[in-house]
Amino acid sequence: MKEFMLIFRHEDGAKVASPEQIQMWMKQTMDWIGGIAAQNKFVSGTGLPFDESRVVHHNKSVTNGPFGEIKETIGGYIVVRAESADEAAEFAKGSPVLQGEGNTVEVRRIVKGESSK
Amino acid sequence: MEQQELIPHLFRTEFRKITAVLCKAFGIDNMEVAEDLAGETFLSALENWPYKGVPKNPTAWLYMVAKNKAKNYMARDHVFSDKIAGQVIASAPESAEIEIDLSDKNITDSQLQMLFAVCHPSISTEAQVGLALRILCGFGIDEIANALLSNKETINKRLFRAKEKLRIEKVKIEFPGEAEIGKRLDTVLTTLYLLFSEGYYSESQDAVLREDLCLEAMRLTYLLIENEQTNQPNVNALFALMCFHTSRFEARKTENGEIVLYHDQDESLWNYELIAKGAYFLHRASQENEISKYHLEATIAYWNTQKADTKEKWENILHFYNLLLQLEYSPIAALNRTYALSKVHGKQEAIVQAEKLQLTTNHFYYTLLGELYTGVDDEKALQNFQKAFELAKTAADKQTIQKKIKCF
Repeated sequence: MKEFMLIFRHEDGAKVASPEQIQMWMKQTMDWIGGIAAQNKFVSGTGLPFDESRVVHHNKSVTNGPFGEIKETIGGYIVVRAESADEAAEFAKGSPVLQGEGNTVEVRRIVKGESSK
Repeated sequence: MEQQELIPHLFRTEFRKITAVLCKAFGIDNMEVAEDLAGETFLSALENWPYKGVPKNPTAWLYMVAKNKAKNYMARDHVFSDKIAGQVIASAPESAEIEIDLSDKNITDSQLQMLFAVCHPSISTEAQVGLALRILCGFGIDEIANALLSNKETINKRLFRAKEKLRIEKVKIEFPGEAEIGKRLDTVLTTLYLLFSEGYYSESQDAVLREDLCLEAMRLTYLLIENEQTNQPNVNALFALMCFHTSRFEARKTENGEIVLYHDQDESLWNYELIAKGAYFLHRASQENEISKYHLEATIAYWNTQKADTKEKWENILHFYNLLLQLEYSPIAALNRTYALSKVHGKQEAIVQAEKLQLTTNHFYYTLLGELYTGVDDEKALQNFQKAFELAKTAADKQTIQKKIKCF
């Protein structure tokens, strides 16, 4: 079985959501991940909060956070076990991130850690 | 207490203490000697008390005899005295006499150190459970075989090999160093958790024995809580989990050993003192940020002590199963999560997710599908219960499923 990373891309990370909405997304995300974990297909994952973030540029200058100049941001990722990219994409379809118009979940195969199990 | 009850009672409480202290004094190479000497001590009581009368302080008498037997053994066995007694004296330089210390403090210390020695990662968890039952709980080989649904010969072999391995590995009977303690404690907790589960889920017909196993696991866990270095959040969480589970001991089986499903349990049989105790230790476990699987399982068990079918209850149970499965997958957690999901989001969604689990060799899987299809598609529900019946291995499980089938 291979491992795939599902990367949550938010079209506009600066958009402010209400606390209630955030709480609802959190719950939905937990249920979604729980469903994958219940199939023993969950490997790891985390949210990537916007605080304490930096962008290091080509000239090695450092700016706070990816916002402003870069429109799209990464909100988090999970790593799943799947037979194929298509199976991993099926998992991705359940992600609450996709409720936001313009958001995407990118599916990428992880090279390291491939095993025959 | 009558004499015929007194000796078995003392055997239960004192055999393990004497064994632990003698093991500690003689080292891992001589665990069998320690067991034998502790056994002989009780044999002396059986021989002497009936006609000389029970001594005023029976425990002190046993300790005195054990000490004398240990001294005689050391004096008698030259090889032993050269090799071992030398070490015993060296480790207690203030007294030239070989002293077997049966003070409360040394008993507790020896038991704790033996717990770490017995739960050494070099031997299998199965063997650890067996050795713990023998050395730290004072169970007879018959009782261990009965509790673990095995036979005497297998258990004897298992214990022999385990002792041999500990000897070869030169495992020291000591408290692990600070750097090591976290990892070693994890192994100890896994063994105690399994010991408890063996009692709680055992198919053994002997209800007293089953409960004994659970109580012994709790006693050993509590030993860790009482010790400052091992009084860690995960230990408290495991103890809380055991309290919550044990609170339903009376309610979950009938007198004939038939399992009573959660929904049919008589709440008045739940032990509310243990539930309160569990809540106390879960609270203590939650003082720091560390979240172990025992925290998650204890929290789920806590919500299960709330019988009312509230939205809050099932949302919490679902949430903690989601977390538990991310930390450590197990089929039973996956099934329980899906049941909680049906309570929060309805049967239709739960059926979709249940079908994906594909635990097709597990009768609980088909029981769950049967439950979920009941009222949605009764024909499918019946098919699944029948499949569950075919796969169920024990009479108790078959009986439970048969009852469901009869409802259609």
